[in-house]
Amino acid sequence: MNDRIKKATRHTNQNEGLIFEKSSPGKRAFDLPSLDVPAPSLHKELGNSHRVDGVQDFPEVSEIEVIRHFTRLSTWNYAIDLGMYPLGSCTMKYNPRVNEHVARLSGIATEHPYQPQELSQGCLKILSLLEKCLLEITGMDAITLQPAAGAQGELTGLLLIRAYHQKNGNPRKKVLIPDSAHGTNPATAVIAGYEVENIKSNADGQVDIAVLREKVNEDVAALMLTNPSTLGIFEQQIPEIAGILHAKGALLYMDGANMNALAGITRPGELGVDVMHLNLHKTFSTPHGGGGPGAGPVAMKKALEPFLPVPVLVERVGGRFALDFNRKESIGKVKAFGGNFGVLVRALAYILAYGPGIRQATEDAVTNANYIRKQLEGIFDLPYTRPSMHEVVFSDAIQKRNGVNTMDIAKRLIDYGFHPYTTAFPLIVPGALMIEPTESESKEECDFFVDAMKSIAAEAEETPELVKTAPHTTRIRRLDEVAAARKPVLRWKPEQKKSGAAG
Amino acid sequence: MSYPTQFRYTKDHEWIDATGDLATIGITDYAQHELGDVVFVELPAAGTALTTGKTFASVESVKAVSEIYAPANGQVIEANAALPSKPESINTDPHGAGWLVKVKLSNPAELNELMDAKAYEDYIEEKKKEASA
Amino acid sequence: MRYLPKSPAERQEMLAAVGVKSVEELFTSIPEQYRLTQPLNLPGPLSEAEVIAYFEQRAAENAVGYTSFLGAGVYSHLRSVVTDALLQRGEFLTSYTPYQAEITQGTLQAIFEFQTLMCQLTGQEVANASMYDGSTATTEAVLMAERITGRNRVLVARSLHPEYRDVLRTYAKNSGLAVEEIPFTRDGLMDAAALKASLRSDVCAVVAQSPNFFGAIESLGSIAEAAHGAGALLVVAVTEALSLAVVKPPAEADIVALEGQSFGLPPSYGGPFVGVIASKEKFVRQMPGRLAGQTTDQDGRRGFVLTLATREQHIRREKATSNICTNQALCALAATIHLSLLGKEGIREMAEQNVAKARFALSELEKIPGVKRTFPAPFFNEFTVEFPRSVKVVNSELLKSKIVGPYVLGSVYPELTKHALVCVTETTTREQIGQFAGAVRAALEQPL
Repeated sequence: MNDRIKKATRHTNQNEGLIFEKSSPGKRAFDLPSLDVPAPSLHKELGNSHRVDGVQDFPEVSEIEVIRHFTRLSTWNYAIDLGMYPLGSCTMKYNPRVNEHVARLSGIATEHPYQPQELSQGCLKILSLLEKCLLEITGMDAITLQPAAGAQGELTGLLLIRAYHQKNGNPRKKVLIPDSAHGTNPATAVIAGYEVENIKSNADGQVDIAVLREKVNEDVAALMLTNPSTLGIFEQQIPEIAGILHAKGALLYMDGANMNALAGITRPGELGVDVMHLNLHKTFSTPHGGGGPGAGPVAMKKALEPFLPVPVLVERVGGRFALDFNRKESIGKVKAFGGNFGVLVRALAYILAYGPGIRQATEDAVTNANYIRKQLEGIFDLPYTRPSMHEVVFSDAIQKRNGVNTMDIAKRLIDYGFHPYTTAFPLIVPGALMIEPTESESKEECDFFVDAMKSIAAEAEETPELVKTAPHTTRIRRLDEVAAARKPVLRWKPEQKKSGAAG
Repeated sequence: MSYPTQFRYTKDHEWIDATGDLATIGITDYAQHELGDVVFVELPAAGTALTTGKTFASVESVKAVSEIYAPANGQVIEANAALPSKPESINTDPHGAGWLVKVKLSNPAELNELMDAKAYEDYIEEKKKEASA
Repeated sequence: MRYLPKSPAERQEMLAAVGVKSVEELFTSIPEQYRLTQPLNLPGPLSEAEVIAYFEQRAAENAVGYTSFLGAGVYSHLRSVVTDALLQRGEFLTSYTPYQAEITQGTLQAIFEFQTLMCQLTGQEVANASMYDGSTATTEAVLMAERITGRNRVLVARSLHPEYRDVLRTYAKNSGLAVEEIPFTRDGLMDAAALKASLRSDVCAVVAQSPNFFGAIESLGSIAEAAHGAGALLVVAVTEALSLAVVKPPAEADIVALEGQSFGLPPSYGGPFVGVIASKEKFVRQMPGRLAGQTTDQDGRRGFVLTLATREQHIRREKATSNICTNQALCALAATIHLSLLGKEGIREMAEQNVAKARFALSELEKIPGVKRTFPAPFFNEFTVEFPRSVKVVNSELLKSKIVGPYVLGSVYPELTKHALVCVTETTTREQIGQFAGAVRAALEQPL
């Protein structure tokens, strides 16, 4: 393997235990300033509610141990800061550090959502500018920054759609969802009180117009469309799709997860989309942080504006900003205290850094995806051959002949120093390899990745067992997920002895 | 594994073993193999009505959930009480200890619509060919 | 552009390798009339210094140099700089959801530790890896109770945070869930008699908050008894998680919905925060959100994986327990680090300081003629007082002394006009409390 690897892997062999296992009574990591008021008698103040023994088994460690513990844990993680993270539809791009700096500024991080609006003009201006930028990017008329993540944005979008239909006298019953859609789409539709009807994609992986025409009627509230699709392919007939829906009074919802292929190039509002969400933790660079937080703003056409969640940001005379709670037709609140302000700040910092040049990021993202596609075509099966945008979906059909599947290839990629791509999604491609490099990858990194994939394809031919039993070089190898699901152990308990010692 | 000749089989890979109007239902060896290691089973309570083609139970592996469809109309008499603590029985003995429910059939003649062992074996041969094509 | 690692030559090289002459050719799948021919009208591009300057200017337009007595669901607590130092490690900050366990054990073990800490705090058997915040955690807890019981009516305390109730109503409208509010007594606690009168066999859950929105610690014994007697579950929301260090957790609760913002997360004008659902093991398969479980690898080493994933949207799709995908992982990590730093003694001491300072503030306020404590119930770090005149008027006077005054309860509870919700944490000094009391006194002495 040595002559094929051009990049060193990095896996430490620390076998750090749990923080509770390092704990010993009397150790402290944090001191408070002395109490400057009379000490209370907790028993007198709290009576029977007093938790006399405190929190049992809470850790007791020193500051250096906290630093070492979490530093060691961090070294077990792959991250964008280390190298390419080719996860499809996740848009694992560089998380600019200036975003972290500005989100932590005193006067930004410290503000209470209930402080007087006249003392929050800085926050409100930030929100207003972000709104304007996102409206410019999407080509929409109105926007809410309240949803905490993409899935919550989807729910907000569907609630807006429901409110719109309700006002017109018929809330309708169904939402149409392509079979290539992300799982949050059908899950969300159900929470919004709609039935889900799946639409099969055609042979090109696109929405089948004939099938759509047949299915759209006055019971259909909306179609939830991802564009580009989860195959990374632009839905060419999106204006026709919008037309078919609008003719029957239905609306077009766009899942904006793949906005990284469109920003600066085209605007969903001009394509006939009525309402859409954005994932700020994808296209707009806010960090994934191991699984969140995110933010899922929802942008819409004017017709849906009356139903916006409260409060709505308004600009008053003299350039003062205010929060308007007096919105009779609002769908209400989807989250307390407004949106994830800290995430919104980071997204605005990203947009300001690029300005109109944001188009270049999109162009580079699409260039990278096509470059990788070109190099790996023929080596990996390409089930849908229409042009790719920011991501490309291969299948494991060729490697399957030797019993090697997409999960095996993904695990072997770890030995080459990369995080796997997205396996087993979208559902319409059995054995999928969904690869999205983003614009943050240099030609060098793309070449490393291509080399690694070519090497694994060769291994799948010559030494398939090596691939099927990967990864080989990590601290932890394939984990027993069956045992974890049959008899879940979801917390540490004091009687557990330290197990799984250094190997 | 050979498919018991006294069972009948559905296209969704359930088997049903009937004597008169009493029957036992489970999933086939092919199904458990496709599903992988079973981690959890959701079974209906006694008395639940079964409607042909509608789901009445689900079997979960780590990565997937399989809905189980009623092969015939009837009523659940007993769910396999040993399964919740030993879901792996479905993998190790799908035609025996891995049974899901015992039922009282509304109309035993409905089973004539289902495949016999030979027809089922041919059916899964076809499926295997399709998968490797 | 500094975030793009390509030189013009490399771009050309790559386009040539793809087989196109210009990047425009890669966008031909977008019909021509929809391709933008002009750059977007966006501010920028800004250099790093200019980005920072923009936000520093905005910061200066906020509440700089003010002392605040606001709580009401968002709390200012001390945070160690160690937390940010660790959170900003790229391996934590820029890592993804740990679906590929072999190379994300750092995140997974930290989640497992978080789940454990939440169980220890709440006294429940199992806790998830986070929800968006306390308000959505409370809503999801109710939906969970709906699934468990098969019933579709919920009784909600009016003393539950108003915004939490708003969020629940928004979700309930479309899921056929009927929401009914239960009043509070003159003591500011949930009215057990009114609850009993409303309990029927169609109730899936009773939702209480403790300490409640008025700061009062509820005694949930009779509430729990009534709920369980009717076959309903008891959901308890906790907005000030620090209270659990010295206040007994609600043992009678079937589900606890917690807001963890007090643990290492700044107020940040409303988010991101971190919600948690903690409950009994028997309900785990109905629990939404990610769960990290302990297991071993093929060589017998202990490791952690996301487990029971079949509850979630990416597998169950329309039958999922929730649509949640992205959670608040980095915020949960912040809480885990913060709680590890505080430890058993530190969290107790911090909580005690809150109790001490809040009591001191109350005693100083009670010395002012006309100012009265509203509710007799024990409280943690928030309490309700009545002013002899409008709280809004008092607050606008306080602003002149650079004090952000307490929450105006009358804006949500008309019967509590002239009552204020005061919050005092360990971050407020004795001197600042004295200035606050002095400013209130002065405000009340102003001629009308």
